[in-house]
Amino acid sequence: MKRLLLAALLALSTLAPALAVQPDEVLPDPALETRARAISQELRCLVCQNQSIDDSNAPLARDLRLLVRDRLKAGDSDDKVMEYVTDRYGDYVLLRPPFKATTLVLWVGPFAVLLLGAAGTFLFLRGRRGVAAGADTAPLSADERRRLDALLRKDD
Amino acid sequence: MIPELGHYALVLALFVALVQSVPPLVGAATRNAAWMNVAVPAAIAQMLLVLLAYAALTWAHVVSDFSVLNVVQNSHSAKPMLYKVSGVWGNHEGSMMLWIVMLTIFGAAVALFGRNLPPTLKARVLAVQGLIGVGFLLFILITSNPFIRVVPAPIDGNDLNPLLQDPGLAFHPPFLYAGYVGFSMAFSFAVAALIEGRVDPAWARWVRPWTLAAWSTLTMGIAMGSWWAYYELGWGGWWYWDPVENASFMPWLAGTALLHSAIVVEKRDALKSWTILLAIVTFSLSLMGTFLVRSGILTSVHAFAVDPKRGIFILVLLAIATGGSLLLYSLRAPTLKAGGLFAPISREGALVLNNLLLSTATATVFIGTLYPLFLDIMKLGKVSVGAPFFNATFLPVAIPMVVAMVVGPFLSWKRADLGAALTRLWVAGVAVVIAVAVTAYVKAGGGPLLALVGIGLAAWAFVGSLVEFADRIALFRTSFRNSWNRAVHLPRSAWGMTIAHACLGLSILGMTGTSAWQTESISAMKPGDRASVAGYEFQFDGVGLVDGPNFKAERGVFTVTKDGQRVATLEPERRSYSTTRMTTTESAIHTTVFSDLYVALGDPTQNGTAWIVRIYHHPLVPWIWIGGVGMMLGGLVSLTDRRFRIGAPERRRMAGKTGGKSAPLPAE
Repeated sequence: MKRLLLAALLALSTLAPALAVQPDEVLPDPALETRARAISQELRCLVCQNQSIDDSNAPLARDLRLLVRDRLKAGDSDDKVMEYVTDRYGDYVLLRPPFKATTLVLWVGPFAVLLLGAAGTFLFLRGRRGVAAGADTAPLSADERRRLDALLRKDD
Repeated sequence: MIPELGHYALVLALFVALVQSVPPLVGAATRNAAWMNVAVPAAIAQMLLVLLAYAALTWAHVVSDFSVLNVVQNSHSAKPMLYKVSGVWGNHEGSMMLWIVMLTIFGAAVALFGRNLPPTLKARVLAVQGLIGVGFLLFILITSNPFIRVVPAPIDGNDLNPLLQDPGLAFHPPFLYAGYVGFSMAFSFAVAALIEGRVDPAWARWVRPWTLAAWSTLTMGIAMGSWWAYYELGWGGWWYWDPVENASFMPWLAGTALLHSAIVVEKRDALKSWTILLAIVTFSLSLMGTFLVRSGILTSVHAFAVDPKRGIFILVLLAIATGGSLLLYSLRAPTLKAGGLFAPISREGALVLNNLLLSTATATVFIGTLYPLFLDIMKLGKVSVGAPFFNATFLPVAIPMVVAMVVGPFLSWKRADLGAALTRLWVAGVAVVIAVAVTAYVKAGGGPLLALVGIGLAAWAFVGSLVEFADRIALFRTSFRNSWNRAVHLPRSAWGMTIAHACLGLSILGMTGTSAWQTESISAMKPGDRASVAGYEFQFDGVGLVDGPNFKAERGVFTVTKDGQRVATLEPERRSYSTTRMTTTESAIHTTVFSDLYVALGDPTQNGTAWIVRIYHHPLVPWIWIGGVGMMLGGLVSLTDRRFRIGAPERRRMAGKTGGKSAPLPAE
């Protein structure tokens, strides 16, 4: 549904079916290819809108896919490949942004919202109980006390 | 002439919308019945005028009147009739027209069917609706007029983007918009209630059907969009966490929270202030979605800066609607009296947890979608936020939400026993263990750990929801006949909840299955070649040429066999549209209930003797949409609950005699 609203609402003409990975790119070793695909999904196609290189048919995305596979064939670990790519293209290429000053809001934000919400809920529930307790234990007026005493005495 | 009539009707609608808003507001404040009553005919007149304008635009598209710019830019004489009609809303101006059509239909529905609403509340709701109408009619007339003519008229049009010439996408926008705009009703009711200074269970009972209707159509709209992406984009992805998708997902998440908090207002007269806030937030998110998509800011911040007219206009609308209603909220919310009390472990408590988690989920999507834009605009650098980020932040909130979703309905109102509720869920627990064990065994290790969590979660949601239903009708605890009677007399909203919750489980099953165990073969195939995927043999028989109304297509033929038995013939196409010079893939899908076989025909190779063919096996994927449609149906079933029927809040006592309350069961 990626392009869907774009397509529906903007009628952008740049949309194209995502026919990304070409047969000649696929590595013969299935284990290596699986790793290549997983890494590709973490890397942004720099000339596209919000597409990973795994989804994009842009030539630049293909170059990056080939680069990733070359590094894997050379025996690099997944982390090494990512490092290699970010050294050349910067953090912007990562679809899962690294934790740093400018992305603090991004990573901490959701948990801050959850904590604030939980704190708010806690205070709300406690406050409500306070209200309830207060209402229950409102001191009796002199008149009420007299009537209560009268009732209790009658019971005896 | 007819486009001019449409234009005239649209201008007239703007003034009628003003009449619908100002006098009723004054009348409600001064208790002037005549002024309040103006809102009713005005709302109906506004709808008729907007429909007239919309019909005029449709007519221009249907007869291919190329003297109208909008038709030239988005139509072609050879385009099939279905897409001439759907092409009206397949472009910016027309989609805004559809938006306002939906808005006025909802407004007129309140005017016509809201007879039992208190007169001041009704007048104020319609007035707020009228004000939203004023904003959007001004937007259309000033920045996006679809009736502009061109002289001289060109011979033919530029055609509609071929990706939109598809039945799945043709009907996606109306559902999506009905959802977006439907939340405007909740918003109008919230603002009207703030002006009135009163929120009571009857108010919640009026708001809930509108919210349910909006939520159901939005669910359907999102499901249709996802399905379209699946078969049209050529490789079977169904959700990309694209900002445009997120724009529709945020109102959905907030709307889901609203749906649930309104239950607490209705049943227990609590969470009133929060529910009002949610109604405002949900519609604001709908407006923001419109802003994100319409302003072009997502394409690039730069493009937005070059032509900011439309974007700024919607931003101002958003600021007025959100800012104004939040200001009103801050003034009036403290005066709303708190209602029923409840312990943390209770049905109310579970719904509060639901709201906490859904709000966090909404905030997560909000931050992930808008923060990169914010950084870019502030020139603080560029950052990419994609699927890996959302999967890492959204799932930790979504998983506990689904776990709690099953337990919540077992808790009683006010105060509940969590241990007892969990004991009654033992069957669902057993189902989870079996599902996970079977998956781990069949898939030899089960693949990623998250896949096992997904399967367990799906089993928990599906079986747990059914167990709750069985518990409610006392299945196996009393005679079958008795259980049947209970089921029949159960409120429709209870049926709706069970259907929607269980179907969420089905969707989770589909999402997990295709994400974890999809297999594929990408290869250059010559006619006669074979490929094997997931135990199926695909034989490529060749490619033929096909002529469509406004395209030419290469159609591949594949014979699929399994163990020598013929399974299906698949005919994927590659279409070339001459006017727009674009190519689309029409993938061919053979679906069994348990998986999809998916073939897409790609480009021919350099020497022209072979084609690049992508074959996928997507296990369980149909369940994503079966579940989605089921959730929508759950919403609709709930909508037919007799308590929501027109005027039900007033007539409830009378209707009670006819047996509506015969089953002494907890509703919801």
